[in-house]
Amino acid sequence: MATFEVENLSLHYLTRFGQKIHAVTDVSFTMEKGEILGIAGESGCGKSTLVNGLMGLFIPPLHLTSGDVRVAGESLMNRDPKDIRENVLSQKVSMIPQGAFNALNPTRKVKDIAFDVIHAHDHGEHTKKEIYERLEDRFDLFGMDTQRVLNSYPIELTAGERQRSVIGISTLLNPQMVIADEPTSALDVTTQKIVIRMIFDLLEKGIFNTMIFITHELPLLRHVADRIAIMYAGEFVEVGTTDQIVFDPRHPYTQALMGSVLSTNPEQKNKKPFTIEGAPPSLTQAIPGCRFAERCPKVRPECKVNIQSMRMVGDRQVRCDYAE
Amino acid sequence: MPNKSVHTFDVSNVSKIFGQGKNQTVAVDDVTLYVADEEIISIVGGSGCGKSVLAKMMLGLYPQTSGEFLYRGAPITDQRKHWSEVQSVFQDPFSCFNQFFTIRSQLKDAFGILPERLSRGEVEDRVDEALLAVNVTPKDIEGKYPFELSGGQMQRMLLARIFALKPRVLIADEPTSMVDACVRANILDYLMKLKEELKMTIVFITHDIGLAYYVSNRIFIMHEGKMVEMGEPDQIIQDPQSPHTVQLLDDIPDINRQWIKR
Ligand SMILES: Nc1ncnc2c1ncn2[C@@H]1O[C@H](COP(=O)(O)OP(=O)(O)OP(=O)(O)O)[C@@H](O)[C@H]1O
Ligand SMILES: Nc1ncnc2c1ncn2[C@@H]1O[C@H](COP(=O)(O)OP(=O)(O)OP(=O)(O)O)[C@@H](O)[C@H]1O
Ligand SMILES: [Mg+2]
Ligand SMILES: [Mg+2]
Repeated sequence: MATFEVENLSLHYLTRFGQKIHAVTDVSFTMEKGEILGIAGESGCGKSTLVNGLMGLFIPPLHLTSGDVRVAGESLMNRDPKDIRENVLSQKVSMIPQGAFNALNPTRKVKDIAFDVIHAHDHGEHTKKEIYERLEDRFDLFGMDTQRVLNSYPIELTAGERQRSVIGISTLLNPQMVIADEPTSALDVTTQKIVIRMIFDLLEKGIFNTMIFITHELPLLRHVADRIAIMYAGEFVEVGTTDQIVFDPRHPYTQALMGSVLSTNPEQKNKKPFTIEGAPPSLTQAIPGCRFAERCPKVRPECKVNIQSMRMVGDRQVRCDYAE
Repeated sequence: MPNKSVHTFDVSNVSKIFGQGKNQTVAVDDVTLYVADEEIISIVGGSGCGKSVLAKMMLGLYPQTSGEFLYRGAPITDQRKHWSEVQSVFQDPFSCFNQFFTIRSQLKDAFGILPERLSRGEVEDRVDEALLAVNVTPKDIEGKYPFELSGGQMQRMLLARIFALKPRVLIADEPTSMVDACVRANILDYLMKLKEELKMTIVFITHDIGLAYYVSNRIFIMHEGKMVEMGEPDQIIQDPQSPHTVQLLDDIPDINRQWIKR
């Protein structure tokens, strides 16, 4: 049995005007223990929405349309958010929401925020002192000044220290799996590297073993992920190994993404980065044909009428009838 | 002959110190630079090095503690007048929009800052044009409030605002940190067209030296409040002198080079 299974997951927002926005459509994948899956795509393509859906956290206006998500065989769908918080979050799967390091409770010290996480799941088995000791031991692994960080309020820390604290706190209960939504996107390149180093350390120490890493930076995923899924307008359009996606993309959108990466390579400087005009389709109604067709440089007349399904091209999945 | 030493910005020995005594932070430390008319410069550096503080001084939001800070040869005194020429895209997109009004109405309100009066139809057209430039279908944000958009979409709204306003000088603080490579390339493309058309001067603030390399005429490397290196992009990238520049280059996750071991 796979550690994590996602089956035809579709999600929608129900707006104030009673309109449905189909933010995620028909996403399927499975993950084995030890794997890091990267998910990349345009801003607004549904990455953060997918994260909430994967955790079974349906807080209005977000709703499940259809599909299932299972962690070690246990379904997370159609459960109460309270049940998910008490029995799944932090213990089986941890979530690091986008911008979490800017959303830490400003009135509590880091050690108290962390204490609460352990205490909530401890059922009174350990004393306060034991819990604080456990915290210190764990924070010693993070390569920061443990005492200073634990005794600080969030605003007294740098963005990098705050993000490392968030990751540390989210993994205190040794979840199997971590889902991190843009954990380094707001950080500078040097701090980003430090945070990735910490994530790798935690993986090596077995504090967690499986991870979904969401970002809009494909070059970063080249160094972090084993497999990459590319998302466009709520759908996965290509899923393959990191090398396949980065060095040999087949879906026209993945090709556009890779062709527009800016680099400090002097030879590349004079090559104009690839741009695609236009915008993704509106997700309020059914879209006939391929969702990328309007902007696709390789579009054919059939693309605008034939709905594209995932198909195997070699040993990778591509949602395009004409990809070779 | 016009006075040769007058540029868009002339900054001489400027420092900005926050707090006092033990709690003092020297955010900008004795910085001297100029930004020529129609030039694109980038200020690059790690977190907390003082980039945003310098940017806010260019917008007239903070007075300097010492030194001389001139816009077109004169100190910045009248903020409103300054903002009719100098506009910005700020780092945190959510703090820049009011949560209680629709995005479109706020984009339209932005025209209030301009001295010229546009007709209602002209305003609508300019807003539509600007939205398309950042790859957003106008219909898709119709009636939406800021909290109904993703972070990257909000960042694009800030840029749309700039594209609609067409300022003379643009201070862009991490303008594309939340968008993917395609959208970034598109935004930069449009910005360059706008720059040509309006003869705009642009100051980019970023930690992404790849972005700086691609867009700028000159790059400034900042570290702990000081300018540690300055030069043309090729010179900075191919022959960096400061260890801080070397570090920034080294930390970029380039696809063609080993970056970190797992
Ligand atoms: N509360 C909401 N109500 C209605 N629509 C929403 C809401 N939150 C998000 N959306 C819409 O759902 C779509 C997906 O948003 P989501 O935040 O998942 O994107 P994302 O891929 O995470 O983007 P980013 O890279 O900018 O974080 C967008 O079109 C967005 O406008
Ligand atoms: N209003 C303020 N009051 C006190 N200190 C401040 C203020 N604004 C900035 N600082 C301090 O000045 C220094 C430089 O901050 P600045 O925001 O310019 O950094 P930055 O280079 O923009 O970093 P980042 O890449 O994280 O945005 C920091 O130490 C910061 O804490
Ligand atoms: Mg998101
Ligand atoms: Mg800043």
